[in-house]
Amino acid sequence: MAALFITVNGVRREITSPPETPLLFVLRDELGLSGPRFGCGLDQCGACAVLRGAEAVASCRLPVGEVADAQITTLEGLGTPDEPHPVQRAFLEEQAAQCGYCSNGMMIATAALLWRTPHPTDAQARMALDDHLCRCGSHPRILRAVQRAAALMWDADSDADSDQRGQKGDA
Amino acid sequence: MSDQPNSPHSGAPAGAAGIHAETAGQLSPLPDTLLNSTLDDWLAIGPDGDITVFSGKVELGTGVRTALCQVVADELDVALDRIHVVMGDTARSPDEGMTVGSQTVATYWRAARLVAAEARQALLALAAARLGAAPAVLVVRDGVVSRRDEPDDPQRRVTYAELLGGKRFDAPVTGRAPTKSAADYRLIGASSGRLDLANKFYGAPSFVHDLRLPGMLHGRVVRPPSTGATLRALDDSGLAAIPGARAVRLGDFVGVVAEREEQAIRAATLLRLTWDESAALPAQETLHESLRDLATRDEVRQERGDAAQALAGATRVISGRYLQPYQAHASLGPSCAVARMEDDGSMTVWCSTQGVFPLRGALADLLELPTERVRLIFMEGAGCYGQNGSDDVAADAALLARAAGKPVRVQWSRADEFAWEPKSPAMLMEARGGLDEHGQIVGWEYQVWSPSHANRPRRALQLIAGQLVAGQAAPLSAFFYGGARNAPTEYAVPNTRVTMHWVARSPLRASSMRTLGGTANTFANESLMDELALTAEADPVAFRLRHLTDERARAVVEAAAQQARWDEPLAAGDDPAPGLMTGRGIAFARYENTEAYVAAVAEVAVDAASGVVRVRRVVVAHDCGLIVNPDGVRNQIEGNVIQATSRALKEEVRFDATRITSLDWETYPILKFSEVPEIETVLINRPDVTPVGAGEPATVVMAPAIANAIANATGARLRQIPFTPARVRQALAEKR
Repeated sequence: MAALFITVNGVRREITSPPETPLLFVLRDELGLSGPRFGCGLDQCGACAVLRGAEAVASCRLPVGEVADAQITTLEGLGTPDEPHPVQRAFLEEQAAQCGYCSNGMMIATAALLWRTPHPTDAQARMALDDHLCRCGSHPRILRAVQRAAALMWDADSDADSDQRGQKGDA
Repeated sequence: MSDQPNSPHSGAPAGAAGIHAETAGQLSPLPDTLLNSTLDDWLAIGPDGDITVFSGKVELGTGVRTALCQVVADELDVALDRIHVVMGDTARSPDEGMTVGSQTVATYWRAARLVAAEARQALLALAAARLGAAPAVLVVRDGVVSRRDEPDDPQRRVTYAELLGGKRFDAPVTGRAPTKSAADYRLIGASSGRLDLANKFYGAPSFVHDLRLPGMLHGRVVRPPSTGATLRALDDSGLAAIPGARAVRLGDFVGVVAEREEQAIRAATLLRLTWDESAALPAQETLHESLRDLATRDEVRQERGDAAQALAGATRVISGRYLQPYQAHASLGPSCAVARMEDDGSMTVWCSTQGVFPLRGALADLLELPTERVRLIFMEGAGCYGQNGSDDVAADAALLARAAGKPVRVQWSRADEFAWEPKSPAMLMEARGGLDEHGQIVGWEYQVWSPSHANRPRRALQLIAGQLVAGQAAPLSAFFYGGARNAPTEYAVPNTRVTMHWVARSPLRASSMRTLGGTANTFANESLMDELALTAEADPVAFRLRHLTDERARAVVEAAAQQARWDEPLAAGDDPAPGLMTGRGIAFARYENTEAYVAAVAEVAVDAASGVVRVRRVVVAHDCGLIVNPDGVRNQIEGNVIQATSRALKEEVRFDATRITSLDWETYPILKFSEVPEIETVLINRPDVTPVGAGEPATVVMAPAIANAIANATGARLRQIPFTPARVRQALAEKR
């Protein structure tokens, strides 16, 4: 059997998993990534989302053999603490999580949305995230983070208002 | 109230907002957790001056870690990033019981503050001797001690690291060191960012699910199809297709281990198992009547005047029968644990339990090991909101690791989690209220039927694995707890009787979930209040206010009404459509009758044809005393509103005569982005009032606020949670 290669976060990697293995387990177990998470294994919750090209897809049932020609980007590939992606910055600035288990899917879906629709309305953001479940009820913060990310990505001067939190007595 | 290892527990995480802050210099009895402990049990100064805090409490996704660091950093005068926390390691942390329930946080934060203040005092005494100055003239800036009058003199300063870095305090905790006053806090009271979120947002390992040990195998459990089923035969010949995979059977406990995760998942499907099942569950339609039949113990929880006589003499009597279904914690990530049998035969388990010490006892019982030979190390899981599968999966991992002789990681499937996590129990409430000729309530009679909401494992038989290995059913509830939470109201009614009927065996396995019985009882009470207000032809806000005397109670009702513009007609909304009926409703409670005050106004749109209810806007007014972290409180309130709206509109564990049938997100749907309401919060800060938890209270008012809004919109009264389209259509039809 010919060796299987996939491209993850810009690096071409040889894979030993059989081609029918769900991409999620290749990413987590073989490549040691922690960003994408197992939530249901049924393509129902979005916790396992990754970018295939610029599209957010669930990885929990996607056979790795089907993505050999694709560019896969995980949360780790979006950005780093030193060079954060605007979506990561926005989620941090809005504190857009409680437990954080769903955050991977929320951020991946947001990144995909903002390429497709640079300045989404609230309704468009809700639609784009509708298949991503959050049990803690962080939705309002996530929706604010989407708008903040859009501003960070596309607007000049958006740094001006981006670090106003954390001030004592803000209530 | 304390939450010691042997006392009952509430189901919800301790909210980040619920930090306990006493006034400076206040001396009160030492918290139980500090008795007979030393400073070294709680804190260590590293050689680099960093501070390690040993915490028996754990992070459940609410920001507890951040709040703990804020408290210790403030009391010790060091930068926040110098604080490191060891959470929930039975080999290193103090035993602080469970991390649950709003009422535990007072004990928790008080302990942390007292310890940190005492450590600072000890360090100042050492510095005073070193610098030849009285402690009173010393100041501390980020772990550097100097004289107040010459803080920058390099010859007259010393660091915590130089004083005690890498050494022990060797001093008992006395609780006598004064803690700081609120004015001296730098971090407490500020909306600090969560310290754990960056890791989660950059994909760094953050959860127990991410733990990888050398040589680790992956395991899955293969549960019976229903509780009580017994295993007649197991054929594992199919596993030959997977190199290295093997089955483990211990009585009726069955699992598989394999080298790779997807192999373990496949192996679980390749086992051929023959189970004997029985149809032991009540019909879903008559579940609540069966609770009445199963009641074994009655308890009068509140008695004032003569309710029966007052109701007999009332001008008008309104009665209602209200139903709460079984509901699931439905954590987004299925429970996971990693276990390793050590060379000396002891067992180490990494898991996301809410109580490492109590669970250690249950695992020791299961493994037949002395308690000290079992070590539990907490790692974060997905948000749990009470007792999900975290405790049970720890037992599964331990059994499989022992059988395999290698470290084993077990993650439950989505169906495992829905089928086997303990549920928030179903409840039945019957309430009657009587009005006099002036429209005042003169009599109130309330009865509630509920299984216990507290069944946290302390023994093997309280774990699923323990029951399966032994072939025995779970023991009957040892204590009854949580069903009467918020059964009594805050209203001034001269004649009241509140009766609790305890159900000893819950048809479905049940334990603690956020607010315990508070949600169902407040749903019943506040629905009946609304019906009484309508009967009295009174405005629901004014009607509540005229039965409330407590100023803090009145304040949240008034604040919610004002923010919601209650006195103005309801705006039509963005999408006025034919057949869409809009309305709003209010509900109020004082959580647990002793904790936070909360009122909510919900605005709904009901589609008459489909029966679909949309909650468009929610206003919450909230008073939890002194507010420690305003952003943390808002985050918790929003989470409560959304989760409780989801529970009110959608959530019901379905089952047939034999099995649970809600096994995935399609059969147990939760609220989605397109359905999330706009939320406005009004925080009432009471700087002079000791804070109480904010992690739960807003949950209890949501179902009644929504039911009251539906009644306002349509004239139809929903008395059974959840308010599904079918039930709404039925209520509309019955109204006609």
